[in-house]
Parts: sequence; structure tokens; C-alpha cells
Amino acid sequence: MAYSDKVIEHYNNPRNVGQMDKNSTAVGTGLVGAPECGDVMRLQIQVNPETRVIEDAKFKTFGCGSAIASSSLATEWVKGKTVDEALEIKNTDIVKELALPPVKIHCSVLAEDAIRAAIGDWKKKNVVAGEPASAPVAVAAN
Amino acid sequence: MSTVLSEPKLPAGVKLPIYMDNHATTAMDPRVLEAMIPFFSNKFGNAASRNHSFGWEAEQAVDLAREQIAKLIGATAKEIIFTSGATESNNLAIKGIGEMYRERGNHIITQVTEHKAVLDTCKRMEKQGYRVTYLPVNADGLIEMEDLKRAIDDKTILVTIMAANNEIGVIQPVAEIGKLCHERGILFHTDAVQAVGKIPVDVNAMNIDVLSLTAHKIYGPKGVGALYVRRRNPRVQIAAQMDGGGHERGMRSGTLNVPGIVGLGKACEIARLEMAEETEKLLAMRDRLRKKLESNLDFIHVNGSMEHHLPGNLNMSFIHVEGESLLMGINDIAVSSGSACTSATLEPSYVLKALGLGDDVAHSSIRFGLGRFNTPAEVDYVADKVVDVVRKLRELSPLYEMAKEGIDLTKVQWQAH
Repeated sequence: MAYSDKVIEHYNNPRNVGQMDKNSTAVGTGLVGAPECGDVMRLQIQVNPETRVIEDAKFKTFGCGSAIASSSLATEWVKGKTVDEALEIKNTDIVKELALPPVKIHCSVLAEDAIRAAIGDWKKKNVVAGEPASAPVAVAAN
Repeated sequence: MSTVLSEPKLPAGVKLPIYMDNHATTAMDPRVLEAMIPFFSNKFGNAASRNHSFGWEAEQAVDLAREQIAKLIGATAKEIIFTSGATESNNLAIKGIGEMYRERGNHIITQVTEHKAVLDTCKRMEKQGYRVTYLPVNADGLIEMEDLKRAIDDKTILVTIMAANNEIGVIQPVAEIGKLCHERGILFHTDAVQAVGKIPVDVNAMNIDVLSLTAHKIYGPKGVGALYVRRRNPRVQIAAQMDGGGHERGMRSGTLNVPGIVGLGKACEIARLEMAEETEKLLAMRDRLRKKLESNLDFIHVNGSMEHHLPGNLNMSFIHVEGESLLMGINDIAVSSGSACTSATLEPSYVLKALGLGDDVAHSSIRFGLGRFNTPAEVDYVADKVVDVVRKLRELSPLYEMAKEGIDLTKVQWQAH
């Protein structure tokens, strides 16, 4: 499997690796995937309650190089966006940016799921009147 | 491709990339190549040409190779049938016996960790009206003799069980299987591709009736293999699967690949003469690798019985690290992984799953295949590099973090996708 330079670059220098306090109301956590499938992503966001801007993001990923790169890229992209803007990020954008081959598209799907799950978790903690409490993708219980 | 900014200083005896995937194939031994070269140029005769010196020269070379191969496995030269490799040998053995002994019965017994060349051949036999029993293996990767005894019935014509496994290096109880089959009057075929030349194999002492082997796993050329077919007690008959000039006692038509056969013969001779010494060297290197990895990393798992094991094999799972990402980090080392991401089917290794390991453990597995040309310095380099990359990837792994916090990962509700 030949990797694109961008995948290799993210793999060698993953951005925003780490953990946030998942119990904090300002933090939304998305844990997607399953160990038996060979990839698990945890993406966390810290959101400013006033501006709804994602001020920080962290991730950890168990998975192949493309899964690591996809989630690393996702943390870069969500930072500085409002939660609504972040929901606009599509897996196809990730595929394009990282030049993922067809067999690795599921890695980008998982990254999109992780963003949605993290935002869903944050919204659940910060129920806003007139807005659904959770995003389409549920958060894995842990 | 990424560019290397500065060449790090390498210890003596290490040259990158390091090849440690000797179950996939092996480098040709220079002595083998040397023996083959004349048969690509001036000694080009057809071994089946009976009426001139070109043919005699080729035939003589082929006869010598037959002797060399036979000697390695305790057979006689006439019992060696040349093929294009082990896949053909396995196909010829199973289909040829199935066809020849169809009137006696239609039941074949094999086991679940066989190579696809055996499993898929058996599946085809099922479509053609044969019954196939696939024996399970225990957590060590070994079949249980009791299971085999129970599986045999009055329609059983063939037991085909590998000598040593290509992924986990586990050696099946070949002599016991042979003895049982012999007592019950059932033919015993073994795919001995990984075992021949690596551990002692004796077709008489082990009651093997038919045996597949190939050159490129024992430092010989690709594209040539052999099938041992017993001639006495019992005389095994195999229906040819290709029609043609009736070469190889009518079992395998086609002009002989003389240079390849010469290479296979030479490779067998070297293996026979050097096996004892080589085994000691391989065992020392493998144990060194294992110890280094085990003393520097937690959450690692050795796959397959270490008691019944090929000297050059080590299959380990680095739990909470996905195999393909590990391979990516050690890209100057050639090894294999049981991870789904590295397979064409996107399924994790069926061999590891057969041991009862979870998919997650299979995804995390690496197969190290040590061979004749590896050095202790390479082993040290590989161990250090693997430790380094596993640690780095575990820093990235949510599973490792959760496991360290004491979370039972089997209790988490994952979202399979």
C-alpha cells in the first residue's frame, strides 16, 4: 500500500494528540469504531459556550495510517470553527485532502462520524432550547 | 515517497531495508544461483530428449536434483514429481487422489489453518460431491488427535494436514497423524512447504504418503516445486490434472524446468547439510527478539504454541496497536501482519482467528520470519525499532489509554461499522 505524502506527514507528526476531561460540560467526546474492526477514534472538542466556537480539539486513534491521518486532520479542521460549521465537514473533503485510495474511504467516514459524535455529546450536555439534543450519530458509552 | 533527510548511523551488520519475511519467500542462496546458471545458457537441453547429449545432460542434472530432494526427506529419487510450486503440488495431490480413489470413498479430512491452496482446493472438491471435514485447532494452533480419530469414517480416503503453518509457525503432530492414517489405511498428504529444509522430515518414519514442497521457501528459485508420491507400502496413485506428454510418470505433463529443478536440488542439499547449525542460529536470534520485545513492552501476546514451533518464526500481537500502522512505522523492515488492512480481503487473519483470538488481537499481529541471511545485529535493530514505534502508536491509541485506566474494553459498547 503506497501512502500519500500527506498521510505519511500526519502519521509522522500527528496533530493535537491527547485527552480532555470528558466530564467537563465544555467538552464533547466522540468515540467511534470498534477494536474488532481495526479502528477506533476518539475525538474531543472544547467549545466556547458563548460563541459556540471549537477552541481546542484532541484525538487518539487506534487504526491504520490513514485512520490516524484522517482523525489528525479532523482535529485541525474543526479548530476555530463553530459547531455548526464543523458539522459541514464531509468525509469526501478528507478523502480529497489526504488522497485516500478507495479501500481507505471508511477511515474518512469514521473521522466524520467522530466529529458528529463529539458535537452531539457537547450538545447533549449543553441543551439549547429549540435544538435537538443529540446529533445523528450517537456517542459510544464509556 | 518520503525523503530521508539524514542517514542515521547503523550498527555493523545492518543494512536497510531488512528482510525478515522469510515465510513469504526467501532470498536465493548464491550457491543455488551458481548451480542454476549453466542451465539457462549452454546447458539448455530438454530433459525428455533421449537421443542426444543435450538431452542427456539435462536429464542427468534433473536426476541429481531428484536425489538431492529425496535425500532431504528420506524418500527415493523415483518418488519425486516436479511441479511449478506448492500450490500446484497441493492441487495435484488432493484432486489427483480424490479422483483416483473416488470409488473407495469421498471423504477428505483437513484442518482450518491450512494454506488457501489446500482449503480452496478442498472447497472445490466439496462442489464436486466430496465431503470435507475441517478439523478445528486448539489455542496453540494444534489439531487434537482425538478429533482426527473421530472424524475418520469408512469413506475417508485422504487426510491432508500441513506440517508447519506459514503464519504462526506451529508444527502439527505429523508423525502421529501418519501413524494413525497408516493404521487405518487412509492416505496422508502433508503440505510441508514451511517445514522441509527447516526441521527434519522423514516420509518413512512419519508415514507420509504424499508431500508438497517448494524451492523458494528454502533459498531456491520461484516457480518450481515438487510432490513426493510414495511408491511402496502403499503405492500411491494420482490422477494427472493436466494432459500432455506424460512426463513425471504420467502424473504431471510439461517440459521440465531444468534450471529451476537444479536450483531446488541444490537448495535441498544445502538445507540438509546445514540444517542443524542453521536451526541453532535461528533459535538464538528468535529468542533474542522475543526477549527484547517482551522485556520492553506490556500487552503483548505470542501467537501459537512455542513448543511445537519452526525455529525462524515469531508471531506476536502488540495489543492496542493496529498492525498496518505498525508496519508503516517500521517501513525499513520487511515483515507481515495479520491485520485486515494488509490483506486483499480486508478480513483479519483466519489463522489467528482459528486460535480463538479476537479480531482485535489479529489486527495487532506481526509475523517475524527469520532466515539464513539475518544477523543478530539486525535482530537488535528490529527489536529496538518495533519497541519504539509500538510505544509511539500506543501514545496515540485510545484503547491503550483505556486499558491502562483499567477499563474493560470488552464491556464497552462499540459501534461496529
